[in-house]
Amino acid sequence: MHKIARREFLRHTSLSGLALILGVTNTNAARAIAKMPAPGSATGLATVPDPGTTTLSPYLIIEPTGRITIINPKTEIGQGTYQSIPALIAEELEISLENVTVLNSWGQDDIPDQGVGGSDSVRGSYMLLRKVGATAREMLRTAASRRWNVPLDQCTADNGAIIHTPSGKKLAYAGLVSEAATLEVPKDPPLKDPKDFKILGRSMPRLDIPFKVTGRAVYGIDMEVPGMVYASVERSPVFGSKLLSYDDTAALQVKGVLRTVRSERVIGKNHSEGIAVIADNYWAALKGRKLLKVQWDHQGFDTFDSTAFEQHLRDLAKTDGLLLHDNKGDFDAAMAASPHQLEALYETPVVAHAPMEPMNCLAHWQEGDKLDLWTSVQGADIIMDELPGVLGIPRDNITPHIEFVGGGFGRRLLADFAGEAALLSKAIGKPVKVVWTREDDIQLGPFRPMTFSAMRGAISAEGKAVAFQHKVISPSIEATQNAKYDRTKIDGTMTEGIDKQAYEIPNTKNAFVLADIHIPMQYWRSVTSSTLAFAHECFIDELAVAAGKDPLSFRLDMLTKDSDTKRMLTKLRELSHWESPLPKGWGRGVAQYEFFAGLASNVIEVSTKKNGGIKVEKVISVIDVGTVVNPDTVKAQVEGAIVMGLVAATKDGIRFGKGRSLQSNFHDFRMLRIHEMPAVEVHILAEGGPRIKGVGEPGVPPVAPALANAVFAATGKRIRRLPFDLNKV
Amino acid sequence: MASYSFTLNNKPVTVDAEPDMPLLWVIRDLLGLKGTKFGCGIAQCGACTVHLAGAAVRSCGLPISAIAGQKITTIEGLTGNHLGETVQQAWIIESVPQCGYCQSGQIMSAVALLHRTPKPTDADIDIAMQGNICRCGCYDRIRKAIHRAAASSHVPPATLKKPLIHA
Repeated sequence: MHKIARREFLRHTSLSGLALILGVTNTNAARAIAKMPAPGSATGLATVPDPGTTTLSPYLIIEPTGRITIINPKTEIGQGTYQSIPALIAEELEISLENVTVLNSWGQDDIPDQGVGGSDSVRGSYMLLRKVGATAREMLRTAASRRWNVPLDQCTADNGAIIHTPSGKKLAYAGLVSEAATLEVPKDPPLKDPKDFKILGRSMPRLDIPFKVTGRAVYGIDMEVPGMVYASVERSPVFGSKLLSYDDTAALQVKGVLRTVRSERVIGKNHSEGIAVIADNYWAALKGRKLLKVQWDHQGFDTFDSTAFEQHLRDLAKTDGLLLHDNKGDFDAAMAASPHQLEALYETPVVAHAPMEPMNCLAHWQEGDKLDLWTSVQGADIIMDELPGVLGIPRDNITPHIEFVGGGFGRRLLADFAGEAALLSKAIGKPVKVVWTREDDIQLGPFRPMTFSAMRGAISAEGKAVAFQHKVISPSIEATQNAKYDRTKIDGTMTEGIDKQAYEIPNTKNAFVLADIHIPMQYWRSVTSSTLAFAHECFIDELAVAAGKDPLSFRLDMLTKDSDTKRMLTKLRELSHWESPLPKGWGRGVAQYEFFAGLASNVIEVSTKKNGGIKVEKVISVIDVGTVVNPDTVKAQVEGAIVMGLVAATKDGIRFGKGRSLQSNFHDFRMLRIHEMPAVEVHILAEGGPRIKGVGEPGVPPVAPALANAVFAATGKRIRRLPFDLNKV
Repeated sequence: MASYSFTLNNKPVTVDAEPDMPLLWVIRDLLGLKGTKFGCGIAQCGACTVHLAGAAVRSCGLPISAIAGQKITTIEGLTGNHLGETVQQAWIIESVPQCGYCQSGQIMSAVALLHRTPKPTDADIDIAMQGNICRCGCYDRIRKAIHRAAASSHVPPATLKKPLIHA
């Protein structure tokens, strides 16, 4: 929770911090450049600019050669920020991104919010970085007007140069930047009229793609430094175990294995030990690790299993829990007065993030406690905020080097794997690259928690929902990480969105029941909305059926006032041809969900197969973003969110037995594959104006409920537990 | 430890390795070509896909001792290859990758498919590509890019757009 709070804080304060950010002196710029991490030997990525280079902003380096570098605080993890973030600066600065070098930020103090999460990268940067570009543009224009001794309004910025409009004289930015840097920083530079945009709002090419199709894109796992060794770490498969002893005799016989050493992994309050096998190549380290004989004290945690825990959740569902603060009306009275009441329990599983790039970190702990980390995390802040405390060294001693990141989905908002590698490097006095196996990734968490939802509702004689209760029973992500978790308050992350839907239901009684668990949990793409939307929107469907109404009309009937949700669902009804007949055996389901990250909706069409089972035929999605930066990137994100939602709904959850995860790799924690892909249509609702909403996450929550509602429409069978097997409906 | 010789991207190479070391780690850690990725280690995800005599194979489960004398092509070896660059160009036009980590493997599987089936049907694509997982969910675009490459492979590809920066 503290991370979300922090994100919100920065978003609200970043605009007022602008003068500070832009008032960079040449000395500061030179220092920033001097501290810039050198590119790794394997990267082929950006070379460091000449230290004599002048800058106008911590985000921007214009070299005498004319090369322009934009420092990107929003690490590319697949969401398109390698293009969409520099685009915000380039648009206002009047430069083409094709001529720009993009360099990931490295945790420098003068750039705020170097993390990617909460679907906040573009919306959180939109005004700030446009102002960064506009400020630099205005300073360059002023410098040119003084050089030429002409009025400012005769100086126009265009394609990397200032043009004296009456005479056609032209000066490239590179020739003006040292003068511009001496000028006062304008406080309120004019921003471009969106109708003049050349980059924003268009489906521009993503500049990372040519790297990614040629094998030249470099990820954390690809990094090398001279003198490095490799490690594979054996950690207890049971959460909460203590390491008693181990025998490495056989491991040390493996050719290439150098030694073994104890390791430590930290996730908030959770500390766990492991044994690292150090070798001169990764394969030897892995082989050696498999030959370790380890004695763990499981401390009783090896009796934990999912079946018993789920029964515990069902028992807790009968308790009241804590009420949310903004409940409306009198739920109990409305229920009692209603002629038609419904009740249902919805259940969802624990899942792993499983990004394609396994966790990894190359760490080099040097003399004077200086630390370099080459790793894949969701932004430099993840390292800079988390590791000084874990490692006991100052922030300034740490330099993160982040290249491309092979997926995050929330897993890489934690730096446990980097901290572990750092401590290993300290212990052995060498740079060491730790690479997790896929089994480590899927078995060792942290995971998305399961949520159970006890739903109650009532409809009036006129067929309207008059009472609604969504009671969430689940572990708290924060409680699994933070020793100071306050049990008297609701972890708002765990009830995300249940009180934020636009439906005009007069009486609500939403609540939260905390279930303690000792296994670390973590945000997962769209966080708790990925499971709560399933219960919420399926139960709305149940109410619609009970009222004898069409599910989409039932929803729209509860949206009498103008709202984003109403406009979106109206659009979705039109685009999905909701009223059109379907072939026999088909069904159509709808769902929407609004939460901190944004708002999206789906209609899903399914068919029943001849010899049983369900086929997902088509997904029609509408996402409401307000303002769009790169429409093709938005589409790609929603397409991906649909796949991720289908996997979580219909493939394998993580189940625990004897204290450990029973799933271990992609054979039993299965992913959707190409032959299972439904047809997908994504529509973007972008009505412009100042509203700008998140993109990366909102596509996930409405997938499972739209699918389950479609299954009901096709078969009459109500799905109340995830995951469910499409072949066994 | 033994010495193994094979052809990598049309060049002869020799490495000293334990016989059970998978080709994946030989390519990445001994020969320094990082385009081929580690994803699962059990031939389930396809991130490590390379060509063995033109056919797509998973290098994470293939011991170096089994490939001595064979012809191996990695993603780096597609540069200058007509079909390879056609596929890469199609991938760029369709904006296929998101995080991109699985894409070397996806492209190697697609090139192998188009090599033996120049005009694949959707069913052909389903079979050839179902060994490659994309966690970001780019499947729809992968299919479109394969069809695009199939449609354009009879003409020389536009010069592959070089990476715009950092090159």
